Amino acid sequence: MNNILKKATLAAAALALGVTSALAGEIVINYDGSDPAPKKAFEMVIKKFEAAHPGITVKWNLFDHEGYKTSIRNFLTADAPDIAAWYAGNRMAPFVKAGLFEPVDDVWADNGLNDALASTAPSMTIDGKKWGVPYTYYQWGIYYRKDLFAANDIAVPKNWKDFLAACAKLKSAGITPITIGTKYLWTAAGVFDYLNLRTNGYQVHNDLTSGKIKYTDPRIQTVFDRWEELVRPGYFIDNHAALSWQEALAPMVQGKAAMYVMGNFAVAPLREAGLSDDQLDFMQFPQITAGIPMAEEAPTDTFHIPTKAKNKADARKFLAFLAAADTQTEVNKILGQLPTNKNAQVADDKFIKAGFEMLSNAAGLAQFYDRDAPAAMAKAGMEGFQEFMIKPDRRDAILKRLDKVQAKVYK
Amino acid sequence: MQNTNSQIASLSPLHHQNFLRRNRLKIAPWLFLAPAMVMFTIYVIAPIFQSIWISFFEWDGLGAKTWVGNQNYVELMDDDRFYTSLYNNVIWLVLYMLAVPAGLFIALFLNQNVWGIRLYKSLFFFPFVISQVVVGLVFSWFYDPSNGIIALIFNIWGGNPPAILADERYVTYGIIAAGLWPQIAYCMILYLTGLNNVSPDQIEAGRLDGARGLKMLWYVILPQLRPATFIAIVVTVIGALRSFDLISIMTQGGPYGSSNVLAYYMFETALSEYGYRMGYGASIAVVLFLIMMVYICFFLWRMYVQEKEGH
Repeated sequence: MNNILKKATLAAAALALGVTSALAGEIVINYDGSDPAPKKAFEMVIKKFEAAHPGITVKWNLFDHEGYKTSIRNFLTADAPDIAAWYAGNRMAPFVKAGLFEPVDDVWADNGLNDALASTAPSMTIDGKKWGVPYTYYQWGIYYRKDLFAANDIAVPKNWKDFLAACAKLKSAGITPITIGTKYLWTAAGVFDYLNLRTNGYQVHNDLTSGKIKYTDPRIQTVFDRWEELVRPGYFIDNHAALSWQEALAPMVQGKAAMYVMGNFAVAPLREAGLSDDQLDFMQFPQITAGIPMAEEAPTDTFHIPTKAKNKADARKFLAFLAAADTQTEVNKILGQLPTNKNAQVADDKFIKAGFEMLSNAAGLAQFYDRDAPAAMAKAGMEGFQEFMIKPDRRDAILKRLDKVQAKVYK
Repeated sequence: MQNTNSQIASLSPLHHQNFLRRNRLKIAPWLFLAPAMVMFTIYVIAPIFQSIWISFFEWDGLGAKTWVGNQNYVELMDDDRFYTSLYNNVIWLVLYMLAVPAGLFIALFLNQNVWGIRLYKSLFFFPFVISQVVVGLVFSWFYDPSNGIIALIFNIWGGNPPAILADERYVTYGIIAAGLWPQIAYCMILYLTGLNNVSPDQIEAGRLDGARGLKMLWYVILPQLRPATFIAIVVTVIGALRSFDLISIMTQGGPYGSSNVLAYYMFETALSEYGYRMGYGASIAVVLFLIMMVYICFFLWRMYVQEKEGH
C-alpha cells in the first residue's frame, strides 16, 4: 500500500515537472480583436507559430475592444502578459513613459525589420527606440457610391473645386453629399485630419498634435475655412451627432447619401448591407492646396512586450514571427487590411489594392488625430470639431477653448 | 451556610474579573456594529479622504504622482465643461423634483380597491424594477430622429422631428425625462406604503368637519404622509446628483459635452478612454461630494431632531 502511494507521488511529481518544463515555453498574449475577422486571423497566427516553434505553447486572452482600453492599464502594472496588443504613435506614449513597455530594437535589428517595416518605423519610435512591432494597418479616404456619381454625371473629384462642385450637384439632386456619425466623436477627427493634411501637409499635422502650433494659428484657421464650405451649405448629413459610425452607413446603403470619409473597416459592413463592388468605390481625399505632398491616415495596430513579462525570450520570437512577410500576408488577408511588411503580399481585393497603392506613394503616414495627440487634447479637440460641425458660428470660441486646453495639456 | 459560601465563591470572580461580562450591555451593540463599521470605514470613509488627497496631485494612474497643490481646483474654476456640468446638475435637481408630486398623484390614483388593482400597481412600479441601462436604451430609441416614436409622431403632423439627443437645447431635458420615468415609480411606491398608514379615524373626523377634496388632501392626508415625502425628496435629490448611467448610455455627455453632469464628467476625466487625469477627476469628485454634503447634513440633522423629539 505504502509502496503504491510512493509510486503515485513520484508519478505526480514527474508529471508536475513535465508541466513546469512546458510552462517554461509558454507565452501569454492579451489581444483585443474580439470581432470575427481579427479573432480568426489571430487563431491562425497562433496555430502557425506553435507549428514553427514546437517548444512554445501560446495562451491567449481575448478582450472586447472597448474594455481592453481600460484593462490594459491594470494588467500591465499588476499581472502582465508576455505580449499585449496596442496602437502605434502617441497612443503608446503613456505606457512607454511609465516604463511599462520594453524596447525591442533587437527584434527589429535581428530580423531586418528596419528595412522591411520602414514605412511604419517612425510611428513605433519614441526617444530613439522601437517599442513594439506593427502587424497591420488600413487606409482612410472617401468611400463613395459609384452608381450615384454616374447617375448624376459626376467624375471622381481630384481637387477641392471639383469636390465642392460634386457636393453641390449631389445636394441639388436630393442626395446628401457626405454621411457621418459623430456621436462617438472620432469620425469628425478623420475629416479634420484630412482637411488639415491636404491644406497644410504632414508636418503641420504633427506640429499641431504635438502642441507646437496653436489652434488659432492662421494655418488651422484655413482648415476651418475649408470645413465651413462643407458645413454651411449642409453637405453633411443632418443629426449626425445622434448617429454612431455604423448607423451613419444606412443612408449610404439606401442611396440617400453618396460619400463617407472613413477607414477601410467600413467596407465589410457596407458589403454585408448589400452594396456590390459596382456600387461602392474608394477615392483618395482630393487635393486642396496644390503642391502639398499627399500624406495619408493609416492607423497602425501593434504588439508589445510589457516590461513585467515573464517569458521575454519567447515573446521576442513571437514578435519576429508576426513581423515576417508571409505571416503578415495571411493575417491581413483574413483581416481585410494591409500588411506593414513591404515584402508581404496584398490580398486580391479592390479596396485593399487601392489602399496599398495610395499608401505606398504617401508622403507621410499619420496615425489619426486621437492617436497622435495626447488623450486629454484629443477629447477636447474632437468635441470641438463636433460642435463646429453643428454650430459653425462658434468657431472662434471653440478654437480659443482648444488653445486653452492645449496650453494645459502640453505644459 | 455551606450553600452561601459556594455562592459567594462563584459570584466574586464574576464581579471583579470578567470585564466583558460586566459591560456586556454596553459592548454588545458595538460588537454587532463592528463588521458594518469596518466595511464602511474601508469602502466609504477612507476613499473620501483618498479622493481629497489625490485631488492635490497630477497623476495619470500609472506613473509617479506630482504634487500640484490647489492647481486642479484653479483649473476647474476656469473650465467651461465644468460649468456646463454644474448647470446641468442644477437642472437635474430642479426637474427631478417633479417625481415627488407626480408619484403622489399616481399613488392617490392607485390607492383604491377595484378588481385587478394589484396588477395596475405592479405595472406602474415596473420601470423602477428594470435597469437604468434598459431605460436609457428604450428612450434613445424613442428619440431616434429617423425611426423613433417621437419622429413618427412629428411625421404624422408633418413636422420635422428634432434630434433630441443631438441638440444641445433639448438633450438634458430628454435624459431627465427618461430618468423621471423610474423615479416617479419609486416615489409612487413610497407614497403607496405611506397611504396604508393614514389613520381612518382622522379622515372620518375631517369628513365630519366638512373637509373634502383638496382641503382633505392638504390638511389631513399630506401631514400624515410627511415621513414618506421626506424620504421621497431625499432619494430624488440623491438620484439627481448621482445621475450617471443614463448619460453614459444615451449620450456619453454629448453632443460636445452639453449633457454632461458632474458625476459623468468626473468619470470621463479620470477613467474613460481619453481621461486618466486622476487628480483632476478627484477634484471634480470633491466638489460633487461637497454639494451632496449639504443634503446629507440636512438629512442627518432632521433625523437627529426627530429622534430627540421622539424621546
